[in-house]
Amino acid sequence: MSVTPDSTSDLSRRTVLRRAAAAGLLATPAVGFLSACATGGGDDDGDTGGGATTTNENPLGLAANSAVEVVVFNGGFGDKYPAASEALVEQKHAGSTVDVKFTQKIKTEMQPRFTATPPDLINNAGADMMGNDVLVNQGALLDLTPLLDAPSWDDPAVKVRDTLAAGTVDAGTLNGKPYALNYVYGVFGVWYNAKLFSEKGWTPPKTFDDFFTLADTINGAGIKPWVHAGKYPYYMGWPLMDWIQKLGGPEQGKAIDNLEDGAWKTDAVKQVVTRIEEMVTKGYVLPGSEGLSHLQSQQAFLDGKAAFIPVGTWFESEMSSPPTPGDDREPAGGRKIPPGFELTMLPVWDVTGSDKMPYGAARTYAAESWIVPTKAKNAPGGMEFLRAMLSKAGAAKFSELTKAPTVVKGGADSVTGAGTALTSINNVIKGVGDNTIIVRINDWYAAFYEGHQGPIGELMAGRMKADKFMDEMQKLADKIKKDPKVEKQTRT
Amino acid sequence: MRHGKYPFIAGFLVLPLALYVIFLISPYVQTIMNSFTNWGGFSNQAEFVGLENYKQLLQDDTFLKAVLHNAFFLLALPVITILLALFFAFLLNVGGRGGRAGVRGVFGSSIYKVVFFFPQVLSVAIIAVLWQELYRTDASGLINRIGIAIGFIDENKPWQFTNDPTPFLGVPSVLWWLLLVVVWASVGFYMVLFSAAMQSIPRDIYEAAMLDGATRIHTFFRVTLPLLRDSVSVAWVYIGFLALDMYVWVFVLTPQQGGPNHSSEVFGTVMLREAFNYGQFGYACAMGVAMAAFALVLGALQLSVGRRERIEY
Repeated sequence: MSVTPDSTSDLSRRTVLRRAAAAGLLATPAVGFLSACATGGGDDDGDTGGGATTTNENPLGLAANSAVEVVVFNGGFGDKYPAASEALVEQKHAGSTVDVKFTQKIKTEMQPRFTATPPDLINNAGADMMGNDVLVNQGALLDLTPLLDAPSWDDPAVKVRDTLAAGTVDAGTLNGKPYALNYVYGVFGVWYNAKLFSEKGWTPPKTFDDFFTLADTINGAGIKPWVHAGKYPYYMGWPLMDWIQKLGGPEQGKAIDNLEDGAWKTDAVKQVVTRIEEMVTKGYVLPGSEGLSHLQSQQAFLDGKAAFIPVGTWFESEMSSPPTPGDDREPAGGRKIPPGFELTMLPVWDVTGSDKMPYGAARTYAAESWIVPTKAKNAPGGMEFLRAMLSKAGAAKFSELTKAPTVVKGGADSVTGAGTALTSINNVIKGVGDNTIIVRINDWYAAFYEGHQGPIGELMAGRMKADKFMDEMQKLADKIKKDPKVEKQTRT
Repeated sequence: MRHGKYPFIAGFLVLPLALYVIFLISPYVQTIMNSFTNWGGFSNQAEFVGLENYKQLLQDDTFLKAVLHNAFFLLALPVITILLALFFAFLLNVGGRGGRAGVRGVFGSSIYKVVFFFPQVLSVAIIAVLWQELYRTDASGLINRIGIAIGFIDENKPWQFTNDPTPFLGVPSVLWWLLLVVVWASVGFYMVLFSAAMQSIPRDIYEAAMLDGATRIHTFFRVTLPLLRDSVSVAWVYIGFLALDMYVWVFVLTPQQGGPNHSSEVFGTVMLREAFNYGQFGYACAMGVAMAAFALVLGALQLSVGRRERIEY
């Protein structure tokens, strides 16, 4: 047995090393693409639940001495509030333990666990959230009807579903079943600085014509009338879709949600998009908005560079939270609400004098979804935790800590403390009455949520005209409608 | 000792081989298998769909756009990076003033080396934060602020950098701005690589060339470049893979992670979106496999074209 190769000429130590290095170099990055979507692990078709018999004290059938694992998004609402519900569950079910974990990377950490060992309850929220439609279509989520029909924590005579604000159950419904429970209640609107307006003697606009008249005055004062988070165009999507529905009425909203043919080619859409295009072409939008993150645009607004900005209820709490170090979306000078700033929310103004929905109509929403995976080891435990969160004590603690209302009825009242922002939010919610603008298409189709941002971004950058925008949106809706892999939703 | 040689060697290899098979080979095999299914990623149900995913690839506008963008980086990135790195390395090592004994770099070359290499020691996240402030699209951005102050940039039309899809030389501007960042971040490393290779070239070759009256340009093209052939070839392959990836840069520096409106999509962004946002893991796996095949062919081509007799010194 010879130790040396037959011919030394074609195999020196050097060439071997060089070829090995080259092969390694070649193989490493190339196969990186291969391993990117390997499966998480073996099949585990273990049965779910493992519940005990249900009683009035234990309506969901949580097994004695069981362990509950809850994964919570650690975002704007912080990591303090779940402790209250944790204590409630552990008190009621002595011997059972609740393990609450926090992360900002919901999708990154949960996706690999979903095929085999997901936790019992997930707060599916934040920038790294999973599409609930994607999960439901793969049978990965449990129907939450048992929870909704269970007696509520505080009063056994009242079902959980009857303690929730109107629209909450609908907001978590996909394919006709409630798969998600959205916990936080809010409303979308347009913000302005009431102090600045009273000093200058400006009146907040009630129609687009008001806005355009005022915009010239605002421009003259060296302030830009409008700023938006152009880096995340769905922020601008909120007022855009709200205006369309306000002008065209609930039928127009349903047509868009139901992916009806020509839903994006109506006169209502054209009027709204044309007015927005006018905002851009007339130079009423802060130059450069199209590349700003939500935090940067919000800070630009707070710094007095622009008069109006479209954001939801969370604006004040987000801008008074400590910044995330090293996050490239943070404004360079930090987050700062200047003293004396009277942060005030308005409902989206009228598009014309003859909108189908009256002034005051706005999009209230239930957001921040909580889901129970089909493969959860202790699904009753997950639902029981959610039942505790929907108790009066759990909801009050949440609102106290986060200054945000929950979907528990009367939740908006439990937020105490003065402040123009909270007062104005409550006023907007009260002013909505029966004129709730409903938009479901973003939750129903991940492909729409991702896809509609391109055209909106282009429209706001002034690179796309109204007609082309309508074509692109219609094309997107048609593509989703024709995709056999996407489960269709409808509302009536 | 000859007797138990194979069991002895095998004993050493079992553990690393097992690790290699479990953590490298098996994911690859799984990915290839998944690419023939409609697996969604959040359940363990999947049906075999044959070549359906691959057929769909050829009709996917976004994916094809991403292929073109990667091709752009594949052409532009290695050429620019290598040329710049070679130029700097030459100046730093042999570009110093002639007319004196010996061959040296330009004055202060050791300081320049550190400066050029600096981006290499920064993490991508830090580089991203840095460039985001430079590239910020309103009047608060560093470049825009300076530009507006000196009247070079119109206050009402600040530059849009990575948010600008308008074509420049037929390629969306956002890709050029990304190219600038990546070249800035990687040129230092290749400069050091080429410097090391240049220092191993014997000085007497240069001195002989100079005695014969060769200029600096002559020595670069007739002496340095031919002797650096191996290093350049390896650098080319390596930057080629960087160009096929680009995921991190696009992800952190562009709006909508591949935007605006898909004008900076690359393989990675499209694949990740299909998998994790749309729940189409089977289809995303097909993209990964196509990509890997493409990368392997490309690497093999580059290495075989670049092969040549080696000069030993």
